[in-house]
Amino acid sequence: MKKIYLDYAATTPVDPRVVKAILPYFSEKFGNTMSLYSFGQEAKQALEKSREQVSGLIGADPSEIIFTSSATESNNLALKGIAFANRKKGEHIIISPIEHLCVRESARWLAKQGFEITELGVNKYGLVNLEELRRAIRKDTILVSIIHASNEIGTIQPIEEIGEICKEKEVYFHTDAVQSFDKIKIDVGKMNIDLLTASSHKIYGPKGAALLFIRRGTRIEPLLHGGGHEFGLRSSTVNVPAIVGFAKACELCKEEMKKESQRQTKLREKLIKGVLGKIEASYLNGHPTERLPNNANFRFDFVEGESIIIQLDLMGVAASTGSACSSEKLEPSHVLLAIGLRHEQAHGSLRLSLGRWTTEKDVDYVLKILPGIIKNLRKISPFKGSFKF
Amino acid sequence: MAIYSKEVIKHFRNPKNMGRMKNPDGVGKVGNPICGDVMHLYIRVGKNKKGEEIIKDISFETFGCVAAIATSSIITELVKGKTIKEAMKIDREKIVKSLGGLPPIKIHCSVLAASALTEAVYDYLSKNKRRIPKQLEKKHRRAEKEKKELSKRYKGWIKLEEKMLKR
Repeated sequence: MKKIYLDYAATTPVDPRVVKAILPYFSEKFGNTMSLYSFGQEAKQALEKSREQVSGLIGADPSEIIFTSSATESNNLALKGIAFANRKKGEHIIISPIEHLCVRESARWLAKQGFEITELGVNKYGLVNLEELRRAIRKDTILVSIIHASNEIGTIQPIEEIGEICKEKEVYFHTDAVQSFDKIKIDVGKMNIDLLTASSHKIYGPKGAALLFIRRGTRIEPLLHGGGHEFGLRSSTVNVPAIVGFAKACELCKEEMKKESQRQTKLREKLIKGVLGKIEASYLNGHPTERLPNNANFRFDFVEGESIIIQLDLMGVAASTGSACSSEKLEPSHVLLAIGLRHEQAHGSLRLSLGRWTTEKDVDYVLKILPGIIKNLRKISPFKGSFKF
Repeated sequence: MAIYSKEVIKHFRNPKNMGRMKNPDGVGKVGNPICGDVMHLYIRVGKNKKGEEIIKDISFETFGCVAAIATSSIITELVKGKTIKEAMKIDREKIVKSLGGLPPIKIHCSVLAASALTEAVYDYLSKNKRRIPKQLEKKHRRAEKEKKELSKRYKGWIKLEEKMLKR
């Protein structure tokens, strides 16, 4: 059976061109970046070249890029690092209700340490309200952290306007750009972004590398103390192979971004139109146009998401859901609840995320099998609405 | 496919005794307030040669995950043809074992199936004004409490169903 991977928002396969770039850094160029002899300097050179490549993608200076191990680490560093370094100014932090769990849980932990967290609202598409943000910023606000594009529903926030407000109010602005980094042109200068998180494994690089852009002059405390790597902000022996891969992945994204985003948007539109047209009582979650080129998030009345996922898997398609049944805590996705969905609506959600190797054939195949899957599950369901079987 | 056993997937793909029963003798409608799954179980009661009451026919409808659907399907197989007394002995351990195990986080789904069965039997006994064993009464009270919570959650859909059935 042909396997179709439609969960690129979860992780991506490493591009063969990236693998090729990484390989020498395991056994040949294996040095420690802190060593003074040639092995070490070779590694150090690779690290600094990577920093340059990566910074170029978002218009940052190389010295403003800190490499970390994961987006979770970057987001933890951004929130906790800013919180503890700016405590004298204030203890108030603003986030959106649709942040990734690593931002949400970092904020919750900070609340336990005495910080005050304000969670903004979002509308039914998942967009924050700029006026509400403006009103929420106080004298003691030190940080605003809002996800650039939702990993679940794909909605893209008006990041430039948010940056403008934060600049005007003189508070730090952090954005988790993990999903948008390779798909939307980001300019940290123009968008007034002070801190930005991105991750390698979401953009066809290897797992184990991520970055935090920190605008020069930003007051921030490290989480990891030790040998003083990464300008003293992230001590740890540098994972050179993963970082070299991340940089190569960035370079490829930069070259292909425009074309790829257009191509994926077209496929996404075909998928959305097809699903909504072929399946009754189906809905799109997230914004109809202000959404990631590769994200389609649906919900279907009267059926449960995990059942859809496993049916799809049995037919070779990999996808994901925000249903309570598939979560460790047995709670529906907080993002779906934040956009106003009721529990049972979140129960029937399905996220399909496209990527570099998704073809029109793949989309056609999903459109062929999905209506039958939903129909069968509705047959089993005690709720059938107006469906007759 | 590692998260579920072969047996679970078998029942999920081809559920046995699935669908709504017309004029059942007993109905068990239960829901799990934690995850939100809902199950309806229908039974028809008959008698065996010894004159004991047996579950002659059984069917289910389930709104839920793979584990919820598979446990629904297997319980109908385990129960069909059994005396009510025997059927009442089928608990979640037995259900999980028959399915070749469930992931720890999905064990609660098997509780749903067991509870739907006791509710269906309770419904049958009370409709026929029969004596209800103490244990069953206790289980029924717990299920009622959970159902109340679920009915609130699924108010819209339940109304829709009622409207459709009347038509």
